Amino acid sequence: MDWMIVLTFISQTIRISVPYALASIGGTFSERGGVVNIALEGILLNGAFTSVLATYYTGNPWIGVLAGILGGMATALIHAIVSVTFKAEQIVSGLAINILAMGATRFFLKVIFGSSSNSDRIAGLPEWKLPVLKDIPVLETIFSSPLILGTIVIIIASQFFLFRSVFGLRLRSVGEHPEAAESLGVNVSRMRYAGVLLSGALAGLGGAWLAMDQHSFTDGMSSGRGYIALAAMIVGKWNPLGAAGACLMFGAAESLQMQLQGLNVPTQFIQMIPYLATIVVLAGLIGRSVPPAADGVPYEKEKS
Amino acid sequence: MARKLIGAIAVPIIAIAASVAAGAVFIAAIGQSPALVYGMLLKGTFGNFYGVGQVLFKATPLIFTGLAVALAFKAGLFNIGAEGQLYIGAFAVAWVGFSFPSLPGFALVPLCILAGAAGGALWGAIPGYLKAKFGAHEVINTIMLNFIAMALTGYLVTYVYFVPETVHTQRIATQAQIPRLEQFWPAFRGSPVNVSFFLALGIAVAVYLFLQKTKFGFELRAMGLNPSAAEYGGIGLGSGVITAMTLSGALSGLVGVDFVMGYKHYYEGGFSSGIGFMGIAVALLGRNHPLGVVLAALLFGALSYGGLVINAIVPKELVDILQAIVILVVIAGTNVFGKLALSLRRGSQWIG
Repeated sequence: MDWMIVLTFISQTIRISVPYALASIGGTFSERGGVVNIALEGILLNGAFTSVLATYYTGNPWIGVLAGILGGMATALIHAIVSVTFKAEQIVSGLAINILAMGATRFFLKVIFGSSSNSDRIAGLPEWKLPVLKDIPVLETIFSSPLILGTIVIIIASQFFLFRSVFGLRLRSVGEHPEAAESLGVNVSRMRYAGVLLSGALAGLGGAWLAMDQHSFTDGMSSGRGYIALAAMIVGKWNPLGAAGACLMFGAAESLQMQLQGLNVPTQFIQMIPYLATIVVLAGLIGRSVPPAADGVPYEKEKS
Repeated sequence: MARKLIGAIAVPIIAIAASVAAGAVFIAAIGQSPALVYGMLLKGTFGNFYGVGQVLFKATPLIFTGLAVALAFKAGLFNIGAEGQLYIGAFAVAWVGFSFPSLPGFALVPLCILAGAAGGALWGAIPGYLKAKFGAHEVINTIMLNFIAMALTGYLVTYVYFVPETVHTQRIATQAQIPRLEQFWPAFRGSPVNVSFFLALGIAVAVYLFLQKTKFGFELRAMGLNPSAAEYGGIGLGSGVITAMTLSGALSGLVGVDFVMGYKHYYEGGFSSGIGFMGIAVALLGRNHPLGVVLAALLFGALSYGGLVINAIVPKELVDILQAIVILVVIAGTNVFGKLALSLRRGSQWIG
């Protein structure tokens, strides 16, 4: 019986970690390209909302997933315009976008669904009954979810994409040393737009997962996940696999917290784990985490 | 200089105009008349004393957090932690307020105020220390500390100091409560604006004098403008960072004076919902000048109460959208006129 508890714990951990992982890998792409992305929280929220909206009107959850990705990208586009084109403060832009997303989703939730708390119920994604995987007890619920399988593929692909592809090399070069990249013919602005939009697509997909998992949109449903994703990105040292690992760790802590909820144990201290871990890692107490050199610094072309 | 001044005035005005225009599109999109909605907003906020009282009430905490962010900005530091600092500060105010009921008012009131400042100062000092000692970026650490503060106060108010069936502490002693303005001006009747509004104005003057007239304030500004030159000139950057973040946190902590001593008379979990973050917007719009901060806080206070006024015909979240657009246009427009962000950027990079 004990292993059933363990399997349930694992599957719960994975489900919790999916939106974290998608958003934190998104953040990794953005920051590797030199643009700090605090807007992950708002992107998740907008992605969830557009995903619910599209599913609601078309009845097709796959279109909903696509809409989540596009909604995320549209949100990220605002961030790219303000911080890359206008070279404005990236952190403030991100915070403003989070305020915007919170306000706009609530606004339209009231206008479209006539409720200040939740949307109508939507259809979720179908389950995939894959051979062999469908026979694993408990974990089959994990392996039958298209978005979870997709996330696993994305995690591995992102690692290769960032460190083994020409695009990845260019993206990292504009995040580390934009002047050098520019002198080699890399278009710094275009690469930074690409990084930010990629983060929008991934975090938007994370939002779609939240919507599909819950079969509805609820007010403020991102509930700080974008900030946890940011923490995971740092603990994972701006590295997709590392970020995903950190997300699993944070997800496990949260899963543990849910198991303990009935026992009247103060869960607040478990809630603190991701944030404390980030502070410890940033201070270099356990394996120092160093951001890309030009992260957060707008690129000003040399005037000759 | 003239260009700078034009920027300081023009950018916020353009930003407000742009957000009003964008808001009109949202209003029209749901089939309402923008003129009607904006008219209602103006009349409800500045059209009568009750409305003005509500605006001042909403503006009070924003002045504190706006000043907090502005002071850190001046020293080249970015304090996103006002939200966490104000929770710790407000809790400290309440704790002192209900733990020493035998003290007379003339002792308890200043003690409570000091407790709020001290609580916030402690929470601001931590990221300052982490930056000075380890070069860890204050932006990330203040974000993390916000969540830790919420969890910590959440724990205290759920398990240690709570009134059963509620998410708030017991009431502070009567003599620790500060009067509402309606007690002096009956025209404000019904509005919770209290004397902490004048405390906020006084602190704004104090911050101005500190930054402009004291040696210490000069050192902090020098640090913000050019850290390496400041260090060459004999200013200790490490201690400067810690001091600036501590003072900034203390200002945020004073929000507790308004909320606990002047309004609810107890600490309530999750009461802020973004006052700390809005402080960043207030500081930016106010160009980090104490007078600008007060004016920006009044504007954001008016929007924040205005949302409630128009809620009957347009969802009140319209004002969140307006506020966000103001911020985005201000930061985008700033680069066109002058470089407010420049000192900030320099400041964030010199350690670590």
